[in-house]
Amino acid sequence: MLLDAFTLGLGYNATLVTLGSALLGGAAGVCGTFLFLRKRALVSDAISHATLPGVALAFLVMVALGGDGRNLIGLMAGSALSAVLGLWLVQKLTRHTRLAEDAAIGAILSVFFGFGIVLLTVIQTMEAGKQAGLESFLLGATAGMLKSEALTIAIGGAMSLLAVLLLRRPMTMVAFDPEYASATGMNVSRIDMLTMMLVMAVTVVGLKIVGLILIVALLIIPPVAARFWSDNSDTVALLSGAIGAVAGYTGAALSASAPSMPTGALIVLSAALLFTFSLILSPRRGLVAAALRQLKYRDQVHMRQGLLAIALQQPIYERLTLNMLGKQGLLRADGVPTDLGRARAAKALLDEERWRALRTLPQFEAAAARYDGLTDLEQILTPDQLTEIDAHLNRPHGVPA
Amino acid sequence: MFGAEFVPLSLPPLVIGSLAAVACALPGNFLVLRRQALIGDAISHVVLPGIVLAFLVTGSLGTWPMMIGAAAAALVAVALIEAIRRIGGIEPGAAMGVVFTTLFAAGVLLLERSDTSSVHLDVEHALMGSLESLIWLDGTGWGSLFDPEALAYLPPELPRLAITLTIVALLTAIFWRPLKISTFDPGFAQVIGLPTTLIGLGLVSTAAMAAVAAFDAVGSIIVIAMFICPPAAARLMTNRLEIQILWSVLFAVLSATTGYILAGYGPLWLGADNTVSAAGMIATVAGLILGLAALFGPCRNRAGAPLGA
Repeated sequence: MLLDAFTLGLGYNATLVTLGSALLGGAAGVCGTFLFLRKRALVSDAISHATLPGVALAFLVMVALGGDGRNLIGLMAGSALSAVLGLWLVQKLTRHTRLAEDAAIGAILSVFFGFGIVLLTVIQTMEAGKQAGLESFLLGATAGMLKSEALTIAIGGAMSLLAVLLLRRPMTMVAFDPEYASATGMNVSRIDMLTMMLVMAVTVVGLKIVGLILIVALLIIPPVAARFWSDNSDTVALLSGAIGAVAGYTGAALSASAPSMPTGALIVLSAALLFTFSLILSPRRGLVAAALRQLKYRDQVHMRQGLLAIALQQPIYERLTLNMLGKQGLLRADGVPTDLGRARAAKALLDEERWRALRTLPQFEAAAARYDGLTDLEQILTPDQLTEIDAHLNRPHGVPA
Repeated sequence: MFGAEFVPLSLPPLVIGSLAAVACALPGNFLVLRRQALIGDAISHVVLPGIVLAFLVTGSLGTWPMMIGAAAAALVAVALIEAIRRIGGIEPGAAMGVVFTTLFAAGVLLLERSDTSSVHLDVEHALMGSLESLIWLDGTGWGSLFDPEALAYLPPELPRLAITLTIVALLTAIFWRPLKISTFDPGFAQVIGLPTTLIGLGLVSTAAMAAVAAFDAVGSIIVIAMFICPPAAARLMTNRLEIQILWSVLFAVLSATTGYILAGYGPLWLGADNTVSAAGMIATVAGLILGLAALFGPCRNRAGAPLGA
């Protein structure tokens, strides 16, 4: 069953939904990257919560017009309208009052969501609303999805992915340097608005699968995870899209493989797993890399200080330092340095003295800034420069043999 | 409306709603000023996995397991947000988004996979609370308010929220000066030797306590709305923190009472025969108040000067 789910063997609808949520995850990942780089990740939270009253109102309108009320395209249109209204209000509040963006986001998301819940309770008391199942928009559900709905989602996911890919250049520019973008003649606020429209498109398409509470995760987690692997915005966007797509595919397939497996939660948890993986294993910013760097740094410090202590004939008590010196054959077990140890120590001391001399010489100011107590001066200066510094060392010069 | 059924059916929810609203609005003032308004949003999301875990461990929906589970989840979330922010160099908003969505998703999955059909525990309950069901059957009329025997059977949420509100108010009063200084001028606060990190952590913990206590009775919608809307509206009314707090308390009580009455009686006045969600209506009213303050508040502009002054 699990294998079937992952190889798209669970029937036409499940296949469409799985592919659709992979596309949706990809679009959300790429789109979310620009939101994240623009430091406005949580605006998407306001947008997604603001869709609820739209869904409910669209249902009411469609029922009033004599329709079914559950038409997915109609519900999506309604949710888009109220999301736009919520976004517009967030911007109004931020621009025209003294409230900060986070307060505006929080206010809009809670109020719109609250009003949506009021409308939902109204719908629940209606005759037509008994089986409306609009609650599934809160947490998403793919079970019992109609073929037309699955198709809508697959097409919507593909279209938003395409739109994001077409618009990625200007969005990158605006995300990194709005002033520069505006100086080159770009309309920054229009591009910001386009980004928001894309976020909204992703939200609306994802409502049915992931649900409006968790859809923000697809916009936030993939870019944050991708950011651990690269500093290049194109790579981050691509990786983020890939992470989103894998999460969408895995989550949807898992949820199709067994009953009572909530699709939205599984997609989000798949993304979170990839995030955790990145957090731990990323070669430059990950936890393991940081721990290894820390260990290497500690060893360097102990070795250097141990050598200096030998050179100055100071006793060493630190156990780790003693171990390291002993293991490298620099110090005998009784605490007497070996010949190699004495040589290395003398070299370390010479290096330290060179650094001290270097700091007094104005022509080496740039090199002096690189002093960290660990780097050998030989790695920074040429032999000629070293000779020049040695002339300033405080030791016998020109003594006849 | 104020008939015989008012005391047993409407009075307790009104009082509980108001207590919860004020308990959230008080720390909310500082969170809004410190641009940490969305902490409330994050906390109210992670409460769900907390109570689900507490239920799975203890097998009961008792008050204390739930409160402890929720509080633990809130603390774990705050620690995780901070860790991700530091380790990855991720901006706080995004770190928050990662943590609360993941924990909430974990809560949903746990809930779906475990057998909770025997008890009243579902996502919708967590979102909307059950303000309407907090009735006081022993309160037979206004006279019951002075009847100790009837008072003993008040919904347990009422004394619990009253205690929470008292603690929150006391903490705010005791730490008023350090809170105020570190909120408005963190640099100065550090220079005069205030432990700013500790104050920030204390504030978030107080907010979490208020959220956890309120959440059980009124659901997370009210919690988020009350953390942000009344303080934000109050911020547009005045330039003085003391006055702002008073406004926010007033707005919180006004939202809770008006919202509850509109939800309970509004549909009846309109001729319908079912009530609507009180939690949702309270949030809606809070939003309307904020809207009015944003349109007409004397200090709504960024410069902060009253208009025409």
